[in-house]
Amino acid sequence: MGDHDHHHDHHTSNLDDMTARVMALETILTQKGLVDPGALDVIIETYESNVGPRNGARVVAKSWVDPEYQAWLRRDATAAIGSLGFTGRQGEHMNAVFNTPTRHNVVVCTLCSCYPWPVLGLPPVWYKSAPYRARVVIEPRAVLAEFGTLLPDDVEIRVWDSTAEERYLIIPERPAGTESMTEEELAKLVTRDSMIGTGLALTPEARQIGQQP
Amino acid sequence: MNGPQDLGGRDGFGPVALESDELHFHAPWERRAFGVTLAAGTMGAWTLDETRFAREDCNPVYYYTAGYYGLWINALETLLIKKQLVTRQELATGTAESGPVPKVKRVLKAGDAAAVFARGNPVDRDPGGLRPKFAPDEMVRTKNLNPRGHTRLPNYARDKVGHIEAVRGYHVYADSSASGDHETAHWLYTVRFDAQTLWGDRAEPSVSLSIDAWEPYLTNV
Repeated sequence: MGDHDHHHDHHTSNLDDMTARVMALETILTQKGLVDPGALDVIIETYESNVGPRNGARVVAKSWVDPEYQAWLRRDATAAIGSLGFTGRQGEHMNAVFNTPTRHNVVVCTLCSCYPWPVLGLPPVWYKSAPYRARVVIEPRAVLAEFGTLLPDDVEIRVWDSTAEERYLIIPERPAGTESMTEEELAKLVTRDSMIGTGLALTPEARQIGQQP
Repeated sequence: MNGPQDLGGRDGFGPVALESDELHFHAPWERRAFGVTLAAGTMGAWTLDETRFAREDCNPVYYYTAGYYGLWINALETLLIKKQLVTRQELATGTAESGPVPKVKRVLKAGDAAAVFARGNPVDRDPGGLRPKFAPDEMVRTKNLNPRGHTRLPNYARDKVGHIEAVRGYHVYADSSASGDHETAHWLYTVRFDAQTLWGDRAEPSVSLSIDAWEPYLTNV
């Protein structure tokens, strides 16, 4: 961008600068026939409302109850996740990473904001922010503690920096005391943060207390 | 580039700030910025890596203060000008000048949008007869690369010894894709390092870290 990172002097000075810049872009691209405003609406609706971590939670819950599905997920996560209808942009090359009692995994993109959209939706602001990107690689235990996730030192932590187009979905451990729960009930225990690795799946008690929606 | 985007291990940014409402967009313009950026991307006039480079190739002061979608809009303007789809004059006046309408590969229609995004843009390519040079568990050293252009080898992982955790596939190479080359590909690996190798005394106990690295980033130990 070089010499281009200045503020523009727009004719629509009654609007704030960024609103005016984005409106100008939309107008110009629409006038030139390069962008269909209707497509813009569909894109926003899709990623703001339709795609989100409930998708990933279904993948995790299914992997907890269905050993064949779990094996497929380990072998070819893109296909196994795609079989549930979760495909496409920022999920073209998926990997499922399984936590164990002695190994915890956490995902970051230090260079930008790579994130598995089809299973988790758009990333939360903190995931894209400088503090998370800077710190989780050098002090993951300290960062996890800020999320309330305290892990003993003998639990190994594996950090995954998403530096290419591979995308990582963490499969948290199934909480104890959930043996009688259905797949649908289990999915409600799977938080977004547990699939990034900054959190764990909820216990049924925590879910009932309503710590997280 | 050794740019402001390369944040891994940098100090001074403070604690991770969590929001209680967790809105995706904090102003109406951010919502439109997201939509117009994605819609324009489907024209096929630039690659995702060109977009990444356009966002990071700036004064660090600007990068850290423009806000996430501010960087997106700035990069979109940069790319539209670079590809001669929009002029500076048009951006300044907010209206298209008369003249020939630029030709692009595709103009995304509302009815096609869901299908286009559900398909995505896979970056794996046919390796032909090329076999991966490295195998799982093999020790490798990352190169000490400092290109002025785009790269996905973070600073903290340069000239470091790790092991191949997985061979991921034969993927479009980000470094050349950032100049518009959709096809040049190399074998891609997940390479894992001990935290001590990367951070020395600062490393926390029992931590390891992986990056995804193309073969040109790697050498034999």
